[in-house]
Amino acid sequence: MAFNRRTLLAGAAAGAALPLVTPLRHARAQAANTIRIGVLNDQSGLYRDLSGPGSTQAVRLAIQESGITTRGVNVEVVEADHQNRPDVGSTVVRQWLDRDNFDVIVDVPTSSVALAVNTLVRERNKVFLCSGAATSDLSGPACSPNTIHWTYDTWMLARGTGGAMVAAGGRTWFFITADYAFGHALERDVSAFVRNAGGQVVGSVRTPFPGTTDFSSFLLQAQQSRAQVIGLANAGGDTINSIKQAAEFGITRRGTRLAGLLVFITDVHALGLPTSQGLVLTETFYWDLNDRTRAFTQRLGRMPNDVRPSMVQAGCYSAVLHYLKAVEAMGVAAAKASGAAAVERMKSIPTSDDCFGEGTIRPDGRKIHAAYLFQVKTPQESRGPWDYYKLLQTIPANEAFRPVTEGNCPLVRT
Amino acid sequence: MPNSQRIALVVLIALIAIGPFFFFPVFLMKVLCFALYASAFNLLLGYVGLLSFGHAAYFGMGSYLSAHAAKVWGLTPELAILTGGLTSMALGAAFGFLAIRRQGIYFAMITLALAQMVYFFCVQAPFTGGEDGIQAVPRGYLFGVLDLRSDFTLYWVVAAIVLACFLFLYRIVHSPFGQVLKAIRDNEPRATSLGYRTDSYKLIAFVLSATIAGIAGGTKAIVFQIATLTDVNWPMSGEAVLMTLVGGIGTMFGPATGALVIVTMQNELAEFGAWVTVIQGAIFVACVLAFRRGIIGELQAKLRKPL
Repeated sequence: MAFNRRTLLAGAAAGAALPLVTPLRHARAQAANTIRIGVLNDQSGLYRDLSGPGSTQAVRLAIQESGITTRGVNVEVVEADHQNRPDVGSTVVRQWLDRDNFDVIVDVPTSSVALAVNTLVRERNKVFLCSGAATSDLSGPACSPNTIHWTYDTWMLARGTGGAMVAAGGRTWFFITADYAFGHALERDVSAFVRNAGGQVVGSVRTPFPGTTDFSSFLLQAQQSRAQVIGLANAGGDTINSIKQAAEFGITRRGTRLAGLLVFITDVHALGLPTSQGLVLTETFYWDLNDRTRAFTQRLGRMPNDVRPSMVQAGCYSAVLHYLKAVEAMGVAAAKASGAAAVERMKSIPTSDDCFGEGTIRPDGRKIHAAYLFQVKTPQESRGPWDYYKLLQTIPANEAFRPVTEGNCPLVRT
Repeated sequence: MPNSQRIALVVLIALIAIGPFFFFPVFLMKVLCFALYASAFNLLLGYVGLLSFGHAAYFGMGSYLSAHAAKVWGLTPELAILTGGLTSMALGAAFGFLAIRRQGIYFAMITLALAQMVYFFCVQAPFTGGEDGIQAVPRGYLFGVLDLRSDFTLYWVVAAIVLACFLFLYRIVHSPFGQVLKAIRDNEPRATSLGYRTDSYKLIAFVLSATIAGIAGGTKAIVFQIATLTDVNWPMSGEAVLMTLVGGIGTMFGPATGALVIVTMQNELAEFGAWVTVIQGAIFVACVLAFRRGIIGELQAKLRKPL
C-alpha cells in the first residue's frame, strides 16, 4: 500500500508538472504563409452536438474545398473546449492570440463567452467568425470591425418564429417565459412581432429560473387560455422539459402548436419525433432543405455521434470558406497583418456556398441570408433517420434579420 | 516561521518571479487568483474545521462589484478590487452570522443555500448583465498612473496582491487568534470551557475568509476583464473544495498547489474537450483513495515538517 501510494504520488506530481513543460514546445517559428484558425466551442456540455467537434470537421472541409492549401498557403486548425465558461474561453483565446499568433477564432456558442472573445479579438485586430452564439448584441451595441456574426441571432429567431408563425395561421399566443432577463427579452421581442403581424397575445406566465422542472401547471394554464400557439420563451433544459411535458399532456395532438425559440435540430433528435412533433421553430440551415444542402451533408461525411450538421456547423463551414476567399483576394500577408482589413474585404465580396446560398455581409458585421420556419414532422410523416422538418415558410434574406438602422451599432452610425 | 515553511515561501516567491518568463502571464494570473481563493477557503476548512459550500457567493460578488466599480463608477483597479473585498466582507458578516450557529453538514447546507440566493440575485439583478455578465471591464491605471493593459505589468500587481493576502493569511493562522481557531477546530466544547466565545472567533474567521475570497474574485475580474455567472454559481464553490483537497487541507501551501494543478489541467487539457471533466474526476478519486492528505499534506507527513 505504501509503495502504491508513493507511485501514485509521483505519478500525480509528474502529471502536474507535464503541462508546465508543454508551453515551451508551442513556441514555434511563425511561418509567414500560415493561417491559424482556432475553433472554440463546447466539447463536453449541452452544445457539443450542435457545435463541438462537428464544427471543426466543417472548418476542415471548408479549407479543403477552398483549395488554398494547393496554392502554397498552410492552414492550421486547432480546437478547444470553453466548457461554456467565459474565463476558460477567455484564457484560451488570449493564449491563441498573444502567444501562438492565431489569426481567426471560429464558432463560440454561449453568448457570454462570445462577447468576451469579441472584445479580445478586436483589441488585437484579428478575426472573429461567430457562428454558435445567439446574442444580437454582436451586430448591435457590441459590434466590431473584426467580427462577423454569421449564422443566426435572437432577433432573427424572434422574427422568424413570432412573425412568420402568425402568417402561417397561429394568431393567438400564450407565453411560457423563464423569469430572467433573457426570457423577458425573448417574450418582449416575439410579442412585438406577433402583434405587428396582426396576431394577439392572450397571456403569459413566468416560470422561476433556474430550477423549474415541473411545467405541468404552466402548460395547463396555457392550454386553458385556448391560444393557438404556446410560445416557449426559454432555452436549454427548460425548453426540453416543457416540450416533453407538453407531449405528455397531448397538447400538440389537440391542435395547439408549440413554438420553440432556441431549439436546434440536435434537440429535436434528442427528444425524438413522438415528443417533439408539431413543434415550430426557425433555422437558417437544414441538411435536407435542397440539393445543395444535401450535397454539403454528403461531402461532410460521417459526423461524431452520427449526427447531421446543424446550422451552427454549417455556419462555421460557410464563414471559413468565405474568409479564405478574402485571404486569396488580398494576399496572406495583408490578411494576417490586419484582421479588420480581412473582415472589410469579406464584407465587400458577396457570399456563396451550398449551405446558405447567396448572401452578403452588412457593415455592422451581420451576415445576411434567408431563414426558414419549420415544423417538426410526425413519426408517420418522417421517411428516414434525421427526416425531421417540413418547411412552413421561407423568410427572405432582406426580412430575416434586424434592419441595420435599429441595431445601435456604433460602426454604422458614424 | 519554521525553516521548512521559510524554504517553501522562498520557492513560492522564486516561482512567481521567474514564472512569467516561461509561461503565459494571463494563465499564471488565473492560477494566482484561484490560489488565493482556495487559500481563503482553506482558512475556514483547514483551520476552523468549517466546510463552507458557498464560497462562490463571496468570490462572485467580489468579482461583480469590482467589475462594476471599474466599468461603471470608473474607479482605479486597486479601489475596484477593494470594493469587491468590502462587498464580500459585508456579505460574509451577514451570512456568517446565520451559518456559524450550526455545524458539520448543516453548516455546509446553510452556506450553500445562502450562496444560491446570491446566485439567483445575480441572475435577476440588472447591473450584473444576466447571463452575458459584465463585459469589457477596463484594466485601468494603478493608482491612476501605472498602465495595466500590458499583461506583464498586471502580472506583478496581481502577484503583489496575492502574496500580500497570502502572508496575511499566514499571519492569521499563526497568531494567538489562529491558535484559538485551531483549538475550536480540534475540540469546540473544550475551547468554550476555557472561556473563549467560540461563535465570535468563528464569525471573524468567516468574515476574513469571505473578504479574501472577494479580493481574489475582484482581481480575477480585472485580469479577465469580465465578471459572469460562472463566478457565483455553485460549481465555483466546489472548485475551492477540490483545489484544497488536492493540495492538502490545513496546510499553508496546499491550496495554492491544488489551484495550480486544477487550473493547469483545465487550461492545458482544454484541447482534449470532454476529457477535462473525466480526468478531473479521476484525479479527485485518486486523491481521495490514495493520498487523502493531498499533495502538500503527504509531503508534509513525509518530511515531518509543517508546510
